Amino acid sequence: MLRREALSVLGTEPVGPYTLLRVRRGGIDRGVPGQFFMLQPPGRLLPRPMSLCLAPHGELGFLIDPVGVGTRALCSLTAGEAVPVLGPLGRGFRLDARRPLLVGGGIGIAPLPLASGALRQPPALLGFRSSWHAEAAELVPGAEVALDPVLVTDLLPSGSRGYDILACGPEPMLRAVGNAAPSAQLAWEAPMACGYGACHGCAVRIGGELKRLCLEGPVLPAAAVGAASEESSAACC
Amino acid sequence: MLLNASGCLDGLAAPDVVGQLDAFVTKTVTPLPRGGHEPVRIAETEVGMLNAIGLANSGIERFMAESLPRLVELGKPLWVSVGGFAATEFAQLCGQLDSRPEVSVLELNLSCPNVESLPEGAPAVVAAARAATSKPLFAKLSPAVPDLAETARAVQAAGVDGLSLVNTLRGLALDERTLRPVLAVGVGGLSGPALKPIALAAVFQAYRATGLPIVGMGGVRTGRDAWELIAAGAEAVALGTVLFADPGAPDRIRTELAAEAAAVGVDRPENGRGLAHAERHRQTPSLDPRLRVASSVA
Repeated sequence: MLRREALSVLGTEPVGPYTLLRVRRGGIDRGVPGQFFMLQPPGRLLPRPMSLCLAPHGELGFLIDPVGVGTRALCSLTAGEAVPVLGPLGRGFRLDARRPLLVGGGIGIAPLPLASGALRQPPALLGFRSSWHAEAAELVPGAEVALDPVLVTDLLPSGSRGYDILACGPEPMLRAVGNAAPSAQLAWEAPMACGYGACHGCAVRIGGELKRLCLEGPVLPAAAVGAASEESSAACC
Repeated sequence: MLLNASGCLDGLAAPDVVGQLDAFVTKTVTPLPRGGHEPVRIAETEVGMLNAIGLANSGIERFMAESLPRLVELGKPLWVSVGGFAATEFAQLCGQLDSRPEVSVLELNLSCPNVESLPEGAPAVVAAARAATSKPLFAKLSPAVPDLAETARAVQAAGVDGLSLVNTLRGLALDERTLRPVLAVGVGGLSGPALKPIALAAVFQAYRATGLPIVGMGGVRTGRDAWELIAAGAEAVALGTVLFADPGAPDRIRTELAAEAAAVGVDRPENGRGLAHAERHRQTPSLDPRLRVASSVA
């Protein structure tokens, strides 16, 4: 059952170059880490897909990179304003990992704080382009940070095949993680108009076929996408 | 009557949205499976949305074997949108679906902006489809024709039972930084608010020219938008882009539409059909001095 509700904004907080948008949870389910929500920016035609970052009692927190008109409008919301939210949507991370390891890059760390909490703070490797961006690492307890030019995949333990990796980040990072650990769960992103299978906009090549990421993912087993090279990973702005 | 615009809703993925509609229109089915265009497939613009999906669908065989039986379970009249690249393909599709009692209406997608246009004109395609089925046929037309009334009359003469107006218009969005097309295939179909006046004009003209039943669509976001399409001549209204942002839009728009009709003393919204065509009341002379001068000159 699709649920969309106008949620009251509690406030925004800068986290490095990113913004943590906090809203009252209302009747919206928090879902599982890696699932996403469609947030309607004021003044825009289409909502934007965002994974849930934090879910303290009665709240939902979304970590947003203000890279385009829609994301900037979301980051400019102020306390008391309402933001329509649809979700949770898609397939999130499986949380049955025996030896979880979180891997994130840039704004792709967004779903990892929630995953960290759900998995009782497993080890985490996060990569950022600058120390300013790396301020977001504070949201993931105990995270080890790689700063450009060091890649987060350089930090992967040599025995990474023994880990159950949950990863989210830019496409090259996800591909590298998938190559190192075929059992990894990878959270992808794609431009989406609806988030619930109606628009067919978020097609990615899965198992050789173009399929809708919003229904099949956004979390996919690395093996499902490993062979393809035509993935869309354009950020939704 | 509220429908979805073809290609703007997956009834199997979102049955609770279908539950708010009076009929469900499928995404266009083609003779062979189509993967569709490579991403990026969508882009938001200042006045609407571009899409270039490329008629992605599983093909008629799988549609009839797998999708149709499940779509029936939605419990709504089913409109099947069919598309092809030649009149013979439309005829084949209509012929195959003709024997399926669960299909209420066939909509001929004569105007997808994301595939090459048909070598034959729309009337020839309609005539071929008409010969292949006795089911009600609706022709979905592009507003990008020199004379929509003429096109509407031509497909009426070829045997359609109704019109679906309008399909998207071709548009282009360029990346803010690189100035390259955002969509992988370059040009896509523009939908959303920018289409509303275009849809109104098309419905208005086609209603006058043909009197056929019309499903009006294009930029409907509110009950007021739907009411205006009905006034222009639509018998039913279809929702497209608005569903992407708000899957609860049909219920909201239905409520708003009823209020619009009631506000002017019309008991049921469908009874407002064609109100835009009523003869204008004689205007009392304006007191605006500029207009007085103009009228005295005239």
